[in-house]
Amino acid sequence: MCHRHWLRTVGTMNPSLLEVHNVTRSYGSRAVLKDVSFAVRGGRITGFVGSNGAGKTTTMRVILGVLAPDSGSVTLDGQQLGEGQRTRFGYMPEERGLYPKMKLAEQLVYLGRLHGMSSEQAKASTDGLLERLSLTERADTLVEALSLGNQQRAQIAAALVHEPEVLVLDEPFSGLDPLAVESVLAVLKDRADAGVPVLFSSHQLDIVERLCDDLVVIADGQIRASGSREQLRSEHAKDRFELQVDGDAGWLQSEKGVTVLEFAGGYALFEVDSPATAQRVLTSALAKSPVLRFTPSQPSLATIFKEVIK
Amino acid sequence: MTYTSPSTGSGIRLVAEREIRMRLRSKAFVISTIVLMAAVLGSIVIGNLVGSSGELTKVAASGAAAEYAESTKALDVTEVSGLDEAKQLVIDGEVDAAVVPDTASPSGFKVYGLDEAPGDVISVMSLPPSVELLGEPGQNPFLIYLVSFGFGLLFFMSALTFGQIIAQSVVEEKQTRIVEILMATLPVRVLLAGKIIGNSLLAFGQIVAVAAVAGIGLLATGQDLILAEIGPSIVWFIVFFAFGFLMLAALYAAAAALVSRTEDLGSALTPVTMIVMIPYFGVIFFKDNDLVLTIMSYVPFAAPVGMPMRVFLGTAEWWEPILSLGILIVTTAATIVVGSRIYANGLLRMGGQVKLKDALSRS
Repeated sequence: MCHRHWLRTVGTMNPSLLEVHNVTRSYGSRAVLKDVSFAVRGGRITGFVGSNGAGKTTTMRVILGVLAPDSGSVTLDGQQLGEGQRTRFGYMPEERGLYPKMKLAEQLVYLGRLHGMSSEQAKASTDGLLERLSLTERADTLVEALSLGNQQRAQIAAALVHEPEVLVLDEPFSGLDPLAVESVLAVLKDRADAGVPVLFSSHQLDIVERLCDDLVVIADGQIRASGSREQLRSEHAKDRFELQVDGDAGWLQSEKGVTVLEFAGGYALFEVDSPATAQRVLTSALAKSPVLRFTPSQPSLATIFKEVIK
Repeated sequence: MTYTSPSTGSGIRLVAEREIRMRLRSKAFVISTIVLMAAVLGSIVIGNLVGSSGELTKVAASGAAAEYAESTKALDVTEVSGLDEAKQLVIDGEVDAAVVPDTASPSGFKVYGLDEAPGDVISVMSLPPSVELLGEPGQNPFLIYLVSFGFGLLFFMSALTFGQIIAQSVVEEKQTRIVEILMATLPVRVLLAGKIIGNSLLAFGQIVAVAAVAGIGLLATGQDLILAEIGPSIVWFIVFFAFGFLMLAALYAAAAALVSRTEDLGSALTPVTMIVMIPYFGVIFFKDNDLVLTIMSYVPFAAPVGMPMRVFLGTAEWWEPILSLGILIVTTAATIVVGSRIYANGLLRMGGQVKLKDALSRS
């Protein structure tokens, strides 16, 4: 019953918009964030991708107000976020941690109350979450006595107990077993469907590719790309094609305006200098042998990532 | 549904409540509190037994001698009808001595003993010359020792114990990284205030309980004179302790925020521990040195021990505790401001020990 209550309350929200505006931050003389701007749309899951040390955690800490930016700001629905606003956020830090000597349910209720819930609300929400994450039997176990997998689920419960309007999760999938990944995914999708902006960082590009609606790529403290997954793909796909012919495609090598990237018998991956060149290549290919496939190449996220952080 | 963040007050209360709840759940804490109270009560009872001479000397007495012997309240009097009966009781060993009226003696009484002169009876029955002190009455040196040691030890132990507890709790939050969630939820000053207030309430509660046990113990063992003598200084001690502890708590929290692991806590806390130890040794070694005690009673971190000691010795003017308390409160406020800055800046810095200079500059 509590579970249903939880779903109902989140289902009534309008999608909100979280925006980061020109945020700069340095540690001593080292600039960690350089003029970082991007948006996280409500109702969508946004993946935040970057190498270690690119500035993901610092950005998230700035969004959460744990760290003050040197300049720039963070807004939710156009409103500047100040103290007290961020209780509406759910946060899962990269470094996991809960009080080891507190019972699981007691701890979640405490966190709920710190976010402004009444004792009853916090208890109801805790019960619902524990049930959903299959932790009900562990409610009275000390956190330090939980198995590693259960501790990770507990951490997710800690980020969700106060029914946040914005979710910011730093590497939520790292170290999770496949079952836990699925239950976390389900919870995140639920939140996004309810209109919550969900931002999560990850270095597991396959998970990002599978889960995300939007992408933000950061490298060296700068945003290198941001937008919807499809948009990014098509942007990076427009001058690249795959050709599969019933015969040899070696003639492509000497074609004007064409750079062959990969070649194997009848298959070639190539770049063209203009759309007209692509059409010319297709016409010549048809004249030479049957064409089995001619398609703009959809680069994998890993490929795009490598390209944009160059 | 949107939850609005708790007000500063209720945020502090939630944090403080958790600190207290977790502490009361710790067996070590509960047991050490009980041991402390038992020790205080025990020392009072033992002090009473050692202080009093035990049973009263038994005498047989008749007539006016019996009346007088009763009035001294220092003798266990068996009233007899005459000299022979009194002598017989002495010979039988029923009493230690006999006292009878004797007009021939200048004191008006004659004392009979068995095989030696009963000294204590003689001194009781002698008429003392009247005495008048021209200076202030001196205090029992043993009591001075006990009080100085008591204040010093109580402050030292409480400050050290609860300071350590605060430091542990700060590092625990840093070490388990839950501090990031907390910082994303509450303003850091609310977190610090809740932590300090929760633990200070416990420390304060323990001190009040010990004082109450001491007071009740003194009353129950009939030592109400001693209670009247040390009562005012105990009250001042409690007042000074409340503020002095707040100051130390801020220092402990700040020092602990500079390290990331419990193992590194020792070195970070050393300077604060020194500050706690100085008044303890100071009051024990210099309880007779007026100058040192006067200085101690105004130095903020030593005042919680120094000033009540001077109040007890009667060397403090009425306004001195108030002035010293004022200095202590101002210093405490300043320490909390600086301490919370160090605390806030230290919280997110993991790894080695943060330099104090870095922690004091911007985050």
